[in-house]
Formats: sequence, structure tokens, C-alpha cells
Amino acid sequence: MRNDPPPNDTPAAPQPQPISGGTAPDVWANLRQLTAARIGLARSGASLATRPVLDMRLAHARARDAVHERLDEAKLLNDLGHLGLPVLTVSSAVHDRQHYLMRPDLGRQLAADGELILVSQRDGGHDVVFVVADGLSARAVQQHARPVLAEVIPTLRSESWQLAPLIIVRNGRVAIGDAIAARLGVGIVVALIGERPGLSSPDSMGAYLTWRPGPQTLDADRNCISNIRPEGVGYADAAFKLTHMLRAIRSHRMSGVRLKDDSDRPLLGER
Amino acid sequence: MYSATIGTSRYAFPDLKTLLAKASPARSGDALAGIAAASGEERVAAQFALADLPLGRFLNECVIPYETDEVTRLIVDTHDAAAFSPIAHMTVGELRDWLLSDVPTVDALARIAPGVTPEMAAAVSKISRVQDLLLIAAKCCVVTRFRNTIGLPGRLSVRLQPNHPTDDARGIAASILDGLLLGAGDAVIGINPATDSPERAHALLEMLDEIRLKLDIPTQGCVLAHVTTTLALLAKGAPVDIVFQSIAGTAAANRSFGIDLALLDEARTAALSLRRGTVGDNVMYFETGQGSALSANAHHGADQQTLEARAYAVARRFKPLLVNTVVGFIGPEYLFDAKQIIRAGIEDHFCGKLMGVPMGVDVCHTNHAEADQDDMDTLLTLLVSSGVNFVMGVPGADDVMLGYQSTSFHDALAMRDLFNRRPAPEFEAWLQRQGLMDGANRIRPLAMPGQFCALLPA
Repeated sequence: MRNDPPPNDTPAAPQPQPISGGTAPDVWANLRQLTAARIGLARSGASLATRPVLDMRLAHARARDAVHERLDEAKLLNDLGHLGLPVLTVSSAVHDRQHYLMRPDLGRQLAADGELILVSQRDGGHDVVFVVADGLSARAVQQHARPVLAEVIPTLRSESWQLAPLIIVRNGRVAIGDAIAARLGVGIVVALIGERPGLSSPDSMGAYLTWRPGPQTLDADRNCISNIRPEGVGYADAAFKLTHMLRAIRSHRMSGVRLKDDSDRPLLGER
Repeated sequence: MYSATIGTSRYAFPDLKTLLAKASPARSGDALAGIAAASGEERVAAQFALADLPLGRFLNECVIPYETDEVTRLIVDTHDAAAFSPIAHMTVGELRDWLLSDVPTVDALARIAPGVTPEMAAAVSKISRVQDLLLIAAKCCVVTRFRNTIGLPGRLSVRLQPNHPTDDARGIAASILDGLLLGAGDAVIGINPATDSPERAHALLEMLDEIRLKLDIPTQGCVLAHVTTTLALLAKGAPVDIVFQSIAGTAAANRSFGIDLALLDEARTAALSLRRGTVGDNVMYFETGQGSALSANAHHGADQQTLEARAYAVARRFKPLLVNTVVGFIGPEYLFDAKQIIRAGIEDHFCGKLMGVPMGVDVCHTNHAEADQDDMDTLLTLLVSSGVNFVMGVPGADDVMLGYQSTSFHDALAMRDLFNRRPAPEFEAWLQRQGLMDGANRIRPLAMPGQFCALLPA
């Protein structure tokens, strides 16, 4: 253990210094243009100065709040209600957020009453169902699901796609979309879901597209658009990719990594 | 059949695999797999039964069948009976007591390591408290070498982890510069690539080698690509210092990673043929983590801590420079909260060291786990007190590519100060030459060394 005071200890408060103390301060300002990493942080002794410590706490607190925030179903129901499709709300077999985090298997299964609701809506004529699930960030779908769907739905309708009712899911994982599609008898499912919050992105939404989903569906059978939010993949880009992928899935009658090669390339070329 | 009677209740466990699982401290992953003890009393009953089990039993009953699992075959076929002989007569409980006694020396512990199977190490850990695991691991010394010497007593090394979301070379160089100034990088400068692109990995390897040569740093670089990617690049003449791969404790989980033992052997042979090490030839770097087998649906009903120890048997086979358990990365469905992450990190370090593996720990958590920086400080402090070989150094503890929180360059510095731990000796001398240490031998960069300007973008 080191108990002796540092050699320059004086009664005056020490000035935190950038780790490159003797160098020009704009060295770090320039380097920070190259990476979002937390480089060149102010230091006091071995430790971080107060400011960067609190900055980190703030980022973590925001991410944590996003994980535990409850989905405002009434508001989402209202927002999605303006898109011209019936909207239904179901729950997974999970009973609260803590249970949700510990039991991913139950987050993929429907609660018993959800089964009944969906089976009553079964209609052999639908091409695709959109499922909106809170996932690990309710905030993400609360904010981004409506704007993306508002661009996607009219486009699909103009191309004569038959759309199933929109399904809102509380405490859902990606694969709960498979169960929903099966109950509704729909061949393609798009799950819009809150992604695991990062420190700089507490509200990132993912879109997972699956052809003929079922119990045997693997992650490799899905196509994904990640990081949907204004600071990441914007609404228009996300809607464009989503409709493009849906067309590809329907015409190739498959989804997943096998589809990727001939869907990503034209995707880039067309923009 | 194993059993224990507690009061009037008799608890029976049909096989060793079940006994180990029921005796394991509470883990959300084991509950998810449906193999955890049903009650606190059943867990302790299993621990009583486990404590009385003769170690020889582990050589006669496999947790995963010998016939179908090459990791089991590795464990059984390479067991060193001579190394085992000093402890062969003991039960699990007696081994714990002996390890904690003043009898075994550092050398004695190193000598029995090849006789300790992963299941034995896991069993001892399950009946031990955290302080037992810290005390025993602190007595174990596992030293490895490539361009410097890692794991010596009184030393703490740091992997400099300069990841970038798009593998931007200049962004990565900026993080490397920050880390080197703060004394990180003696374990390895290791980049997790954001993509699977071999061309990108090749470019990053070239960049790492250029930085190392320009600044004359006695350390090693690594791009943590899949072993097959690294092998292909190595064949093309890329400057590969050490070969990385994620590994697990069952053959099926390793298959899900796209590897088997033969492939790892091929990679090691290829890396050795380059003869790039200057002070030693430990050329492999492995990462592990409790829960990886279950997440690959390849756990065979065995508990995640036992399977993690089995991954160290895989690692030990290939004489690695570094083995790193990425303890909190996997998420709360396997390690629910800080209590579980902390205990798991300490168990992993203990099991690895007892088995003779050069253990480091990525002290980390995700945002959906019940954990924060205070918890990471607690685990980091406990591990350094127990002599962990190396930890991670990530700028500000925030990995902007992998999206999780690890430990920072500053965290490592604080631990070096708190416990008077120094960097690897060759690297420490280099830090001195760069003028990055003060009169009290603390890493305190005040000015950018002239040479370092070579790293700054033009």
C-alpha cells in the first residue's frame, strides 16, 4: 500500500490536468474528431477528474433508465392508430421487467390471453405483420416505430401488400414475432424492437425480418436493420431498406444470411 | 448416485454433473437451463456431498461423455498422474483445506496444476468462499512470455483495447496513443475488429506492427479476428504476433464458434513458425466466459461455471500468453447482477490459476445487467489483490464498438498505485525511457514524448 503523500501535495486544490499535460490542449481536441472513444480525459493523480466521472455516470444512468422504462401502451396505441390499420396489444409470458431480463425464453412466448386475441384475428389473406415490441428499450419504439411505419405502410399498400393488424407487445423478444405470425397465419413478420442500450444510444430500434417464421427459426434466418434512430439510420433510410428487404424476401421466398448477398448490394447502389 | 442428508431430508443427485450443478452458487444462467438447485438447502446439501467426494472420482466419471466430446477426451487423456499424486488421496473438501493451509508452496501449486482437472477446480470453487478463492489464487503464479514477461509477482499488466465502430485506423491510433501514455498495453495491444473483413484485419495488423516498431515497444499486437482469418493472413505474410480465439468448454460449443482442437493446434504451430517472440514463445490468446456454452445450446446439462473451467483445459493445452474471461459481457440472463458477476470473475480467476493458466479478467458489464462502475471497482480491486495477470484498458471504460463497459486505463493505474503493482518489467523500462514515470515510479505522463508525435495524424 502506498500511504506517503504525492511529492507535490500542497494545501491548494490540485488542478486536474489532461494526460498530455505539457502538450498543446488542441492535440486531444483534434484526436477526438477521429473517434467517439473517451480519450484524453482530464486526470488527477491516477484517477479521472470529477467532470469525466460524472459524464460517465450520466451516460450510464440514461442507458439504465431506458432499460427499465415501461412501455406507454396507451400512447403507442394512439400513435399507431393513425396509420390506418387495426392495432392490438398483447403481452409475452413475462410478468415484469426483472423477469424479462432473466428469462429470454419467456419473452419469446405469448401470454395465454394473447394467444386467444391473435387466433381470433386469423385471416389467411395477409402478407406481412408488423410487431412492435419494447425489447430492451421501450423508449426506442415509443419514439421511432410510428415515423418508420408511417413511411413503410403507404408504400406497401400502393404495391398491393395485404397488411395484418399492427401488434404491440409488452416485454417481448425478437422471436415473439414468430409466435405472432404463426397464430395469425402470416408468412412474413417484421419485429420492430428496442435494442440493448449503449452508452451513447439509449434509444436505438432494430427491425428484424423473417420469412415463414416458426419454432425452428434461427437468428441466421433473419435480416436485420440495426441502430434505427435519427442519429443513426434515419427514418427515411430505415423505411427504404425495410421495404426493399420485404420485396426481396417475398420474391426470393426466403430471409436471412442467404438473402443478404443479393439484397445489400443493390440496396447500396440504388441510393 | 450421490446424496446428503440434512436433518430429516435426504437429497439425492443421480450423477456428478447434477451434483456439480446443484452445488453451484446461484446463477441466472443455470436457472435458465433448468439445472440449478431448487432451494438454498438443496444447494448446500449438494456442497456437503461434493466436499466429501474423493478427487479420484473425477477421473472415473465424466461430466460430458468421453466418446462424443473431444474436450472431455483432452481432459482425460492428458491428465498428469504424477502431478496429481500429492493430492490423489484427498476429497474435494480436503483439497480446499490443503490449498488454504500454509503447507503448499508456490512451486508445489505449480507442480500439481497439470494434475488438476477442470471439474476438480470447479468443485473446490463451489465449496469455497470468495476470500478462499482470493487467497489460493494469490499463491498461484503463472508466468508467460512473448516480447515481455507477464504474470510475475508484484506486476499487473493491461491489455490496451482501442476499438473503433468502423475500424478506422486513425481513430484506433488515437486510442492507442492515449493508452500508451497511461502505461497500458504490456499484456497486448488488442483490437476487436468491427467487421469480418480479412483485408481490414490485415491492415490493422500492419498498423499495430508499424506502431510497435516505430516506438520500439516491448509488447505484442493482436487483431481479435476468427482463428481461420488469422491463419489465412499469417499464410499471406501478415505480421501476426499472437493468435486469438474465443473458446468454450464443450466440443459442441467450440463447433458453434467454428473451431476444434486440431484447428487451434494448427494455428499455434503456424504462429510459432514465425518466431516473432523475443523472450518467449507463448503465442496464443484465448477469451472465455461463463454462459457461452448455454447460449450456443451446447451445455449438455452441465452448469456454466464447470463448463467455464473446462474451457481452461482447452486453453492450457496450447500454452497461451493470455487467457481472459470476459465475465460480465454475456448479460443478465447468465449472470444477473453485480453479485453474480463479481463471484463469477473471482471463480474464473481461481480455477484458471489453479490449473496453471495465465488468467486475466475483463471486468465488465452491459447496461441491462444490475451493475455499475462501483461494482466493477469492487471486482477489479479484489482481482488485483489476488494477483490477476492482466485486466483491460479501454478509453474511459466505454467500448464504443462492442457497446459495453469495461475497465479504463485510469482504473488500471489506480490499482497499480493502490497495490503497488508494476507493469511487465520490459515494458516498465520502456515507460521509464519515454519519461512517462515520475520520481516515485508512478505512471504520470506530463508531456507527449517526442517519438509519440509519429502516431499523430498528419
